[in-house]
Amino acid sequence: MASIATPPQDPTGPMAEAWWREHSLATNLGVIGALLGALSIYAITDGGFGLYLQRVFDGFSSGVLYGATALALVLVFKATKVINFGQGAMATFGAYLAYTCVNNLGFPIVPAILVAMVASAVMAGGIERALVRPFDPNNHLAILLVTLGVYIALSALTILIWGSNPHGFPNLISDGSTSYIGIAGARLYYEDILEAVVVAVFVLAIVLLLSRTRLGLAMRCVASSVESARLLGINVGRSVQVSWALAAAAGTLAACLSAPSTFIQPGFMDNVLLYAFAAATLGGLDSIVGSVFAGVLVGIATSLLTAYVPAFGAEFGSGVAFLLIVIVLQIKPAGLFGRHVMERV
Amino acid sequence: MTALLEARDLRASYGDVEVLHGVDFEVHPGEVVVIVGANGAGKTTTLRSICQLVRTRGALTFDGQSLVGRPTAEIVRLGVGLVPQGRGTMIDLTVHDNLRAGGYIRTDAHEVSQDISFWYETFPRLFERRDMLAGSLSGGEQQMLAVARAMMSRPRLLLLDEPSLGLAPVVIQRLFDVLEDVKQQREVSMVIVEQNVSLALQMAQRAYVLEAGEVVMAGSADELRDNDGVRRAYLGY
Repeated sequence: MASIATPPQDPTGPMAEAWWREHSLATNLGVIGALLGALSIYAITDGGFGLYLQRVFDGFSSGVLYGATALALVLVFKATKVINFGQGAMATFGAYLAYTCVNNLGFPIVPAILVAMVASAVMAGGIERALVRPFDPNNHLAILLVTLGVYIALSALTILIWGSNPHGFPNLISDGSTSYIGIAGARLYYEDILEAVVVAVFVLAIVLLLSRTRLGLAMRCVASSVESARLLGINVGRSVQVSWALAAAAGTLAACLSAPSTFIQPGFMDNVLLYAFAAATLGGLDSIVGSVFAGVLVGIATSLLTAYVPAFGAEFGSGVAFLLIVIVLQIKPAGLFGRHVMERV
Repeated sequence: MTALLEARDLRASYGDVEVLHGVDFEVHPGEVVVIVGANGAGKTTTLRSICQLVRTRGALTFDGQSLVGRPTAEIVRLGVGLVPQGRGTMIDLTVHDNLRAGGYIRTDAHEVSQDISFWYETFPRLFERRDMLAGSLSGGEQQMLAVARAMMSRPRLLLLDEPSLGLAPVVIQRLFDVLEDVKQQREVSMVIVEQNVSLALQMAQRAYVLEAGEVVMAGSADELRDNDGVRRAYLGY
């Protein structure tokens, strides 16, 4: 739809709604851009451009992974209408599967990640079938508690199988921690570029699946209304199951890309999950692209705030995420990209 | 002639509260049946129990196959379409996607797109707004979309729950004209629950009067129109 420069005459018509949606998105992005810009100017004058650029690169590379994890949350939220608290534990479990493929079975890292993504997708499909589907889809509290249960059970299972010691995890590029492009003294690692490309391809695949295929149409109908989907002859359970499986694959991918820099250990995705909550909230919870974009925004903002605002300090990163969640819920509960459709009577 | 839809001693309940207390009705092929009744009489529940959206007991057969206990999606695949009360469009999908989703169960892609064109010709407003979200349409446009969407699955039995609710008189007339055409051209049987009883009776062959979850009267549309009790209670003259 072409953007419209001035508000339409009829303030309640459909064109007006579209205009306000675009207009408010532009305003919000403008406000965020201005805040980040002001912080950037302060940061550059304070510590120099090279250091500033490095913070942005660091923030971007973590932000991509926050975005991928947020994507997993959004996929489940669209299908089941709950936040999957088990997402971090599922992703951790998936990363351990990849770790086992590499260490015990001698797989190269890329096939190991792919196998782990498929395996965790199958597992998530099983979790959906066995633990989620028996509940009335409208009983959100019960399903939310089930996801908490999944978190506890999978965390325990992970420690039981792999122990609690941290292990190293291979990079995508074998010399990933040393090969980089130098820009004004800042290091942009090839590994981080590749990570961003991999996540972008995955997101694009999900977007195409949702917008172009029959399965995607069914998934969008279920996200819109379970009862309407049933009345179209859609097998709601199977459609929700596919969403859970895709979410698990996305989470495992994010975990496998995070593991080289954080080491793999039980609960290592819990921290990422907190930022992903913030990103999903900022993105609007039901927007795939929005959540990934918001993930990058959260990554960069956190990196800059913790680096340049002395009061926050390096350990306050998760505090930034928490603050962001509270602020977004207060000021703009629908997020940046969320659809806030008024019901007509 | 055997009935397309047949209900015997149909009971439906929400939780512990029984709403339909054993109703009998039938719909023959090509027939339009109207269900009349006051608020809370169980009209909507009757339609919802045909689609198994509420827990039901008793005998309910469509085209010789029992519906009780069947998943809703399967009943739709057997050839039953429901236009629920309050539109029942997917408000955050575009008009075009709503129509595509309506034909979800069909595998004849070419004829599906022909049907979409047919509904765009029938309701040109929908064509103009095909890329807009259904939630941004006016009430009348949404109701037309809901009917078109339900018809996209090529049902043999169309269930309409208060299609005229909240619509302007001229829009209601247009909607019923289309329904009449659809019935003639596509040989669709219909069950209509409708507050606008006189309009619905014009189109119907037979009617049932529901009161407190029971059928208190059944007969041809003409019989009901001439019945003093029905006239006073539902036709208002």
